[in-house]
Amino acid sequence: MTLQEQGVPHGELDSAALLRPIGIFSASLRFVQKTLVIAELEARKLRHDPTELLTRAVQPALWLLVFGQVFASIRAIPTGDLSYLDYMAPGILAQSVLFISIFSGITVIWERDLGIVHKLLVSPTPRTALVLGKALSAGVRALSQAIIVYILSALLGVNINWNPLALLGVLLAVILGSAIFSTFSMIIACLVKTRERFMGIGQLLTMPLFFASNAIYPITIMPEWLKVLALINPLSYLVNVLRTLMLGQPVTPLLLVNLVVLFAVTAVLIAIGARLYPRLAV
Amino acid sequence: MTPILETHNLVRQFDDLVAVKNLNITVEAGTVFGLLGPNGAGKSTAIKMLTTLLPPTAGDAIIAGLSITRHAAQIRRLIGYVPQMLSADGTLTGYENLLIMAKLYDLPGQEREARVREALAFMGLDGAADQLVRTYSGGMIRRLEIAQSMLHRPAVLFLDEPTVGLDPIARRAVWEHVQQLGREFGTTIFLTTHMMEEADNLCDHIVIMHLGEEVASGTPESLKASIGGDEVTLDDVFIHYSGSSLESGGSYRDTARTRRTARRVG
Repeated sequence: MTLQEQGVPHGELDSAALLRPIGIFSASLRFVQKTLVIAELEARKLRHDPTELLTRAVQPALWLLVFGQVFASIRAIPTGDLSYLDYMAPGILAQSVLFISIFSGITVIWERDLGIVHKLLVSPTPRTALVLGKALSAGVRALSQAIIVYILSALLGVNINWNPLALLGVLLAVILGSAIFSTFSMIIACLVKTRERFMGIGQLLTMPLFFASNAIYPITIMPEWLKVLALINPLSYLVNVLRTLMLGQPVTPLLLVNLVVLFAVTAVLIAIGARLYPRLAV
Repeated sequence: MTPILETHNLVRQFDDLVAVKNLNITVEAGTVFGLLGPNGAGKSTAIKMLTTLLPPTAGDAIIAGLSITRHAAQIRRLIGYVPQMLSADGTLTGYENLLIMAKLYDLPGQEREARVREALAFMGLDGAADQLVRTYSGGMIRRLEIAQSMLHRPAVLFLDEPTVGLDPIARRAVWEHVQQLGREFGTTIFLTTHMMEEADNLCDHIVIMHLGEEVASGTPESLKASIGGDEVTLDDVFIHYSGSSLESGGSYRDTARTRRTARRVG
């Protein structure tokens, strides 16, 4: 068969077929496939160069080994019936999820300068699938952090809950959390469009997001104004879920509320991201 | 001859700058069409509108019977696009770059592998398929990108400054492959350039833009004839229609991008 016989484009014929509406089922299937292709793209990059995952392991190790040990020994923070190290371990997991995701938006600025954004946007890929795929791939990176935090916590004698359902819940929460912070980061990137401004804003946000949460101390000991910030900070909700599941705390309806908040925030951010992402090509 | 692409009073305005003013062009199926103009003439804005990246402020364009304003999602399946910047992903192999694109264009599993292998062979890249693209030369990256944009056999292929920054040998290789695409697949090629030799070599029809407007249209021969003289080159035509200055216009960002592309190539 010659190349010609395999498919010379026939404009009119193709166009008519393209205008026929496709069913909701095939449309959803395509959407999921595209989302996974974008996640696959990121995963392949990571496979070629996994050094980032190793260097990222240093920070949670320092927090747990240095900060955690010191604060556990001085008993300065009231953590109820939990030891401080137990209390802190899920918080450090949440923090690693935040830190590994919050700068991920810079990749879309790179991709914009390289024209990769343009090529993706010209392809028949739903904008939402592009953004959701990137969020999922941030989740893959964050899972590597979860593994490290679990190993360190186990070594330090944290009272880990190994119930498979709880582990599955942690996995879901980590993916949701990184989807939230990476999409938030991408939204900022879409708005500022330059590396310099992006890095500035990223630096500005990271620490306040971390400290205005219940990651390493309870909300009850915060001053009133900080309590308000902690309550609107998605990180607090992530910490709540992780603390309940990782330590095997009693499961209350509050767990569901926290998960619903995380899902809702993810959905809203993905929707905003899908609206802003095409602006990168302008 | 049947037109495969027509624009109808296409306009794009950015704040108070009219980047494209009432553009009316017709591209015949199976031909190579060149949109020429100095930096800042509105070529890139025009190509962004035609590739659905940028909605027009007014007017419309019809590609293979579909409207860019009403059927953007469907048009994306009919066109291919190679941006001006070197857009292949340096952190993936050539094969992976093609594979991801094939998946994004919904090529079915059994056909995907065959198309990717065929595209690699067609562009003379089969030997380098499993190397990371960051080890490729500029000409190889360009050929890979054209291969990416052809996997789904588009009816119209848009090339934005396809040989910017390439050395003469790599440039010639890209030209040969572009011409071969037209011959073998009947693809209509729509390219922008400000390299007159490129336009003269490749294009069946040329439109020259200046400050957002069409200032001349015709075959390379007819354009040369239109300003008379025996020794006229397309350079003279270009200078005649776009004013004597080649360097007027072109924003800092455009210049920075061209330099960056050139640096990656070199």
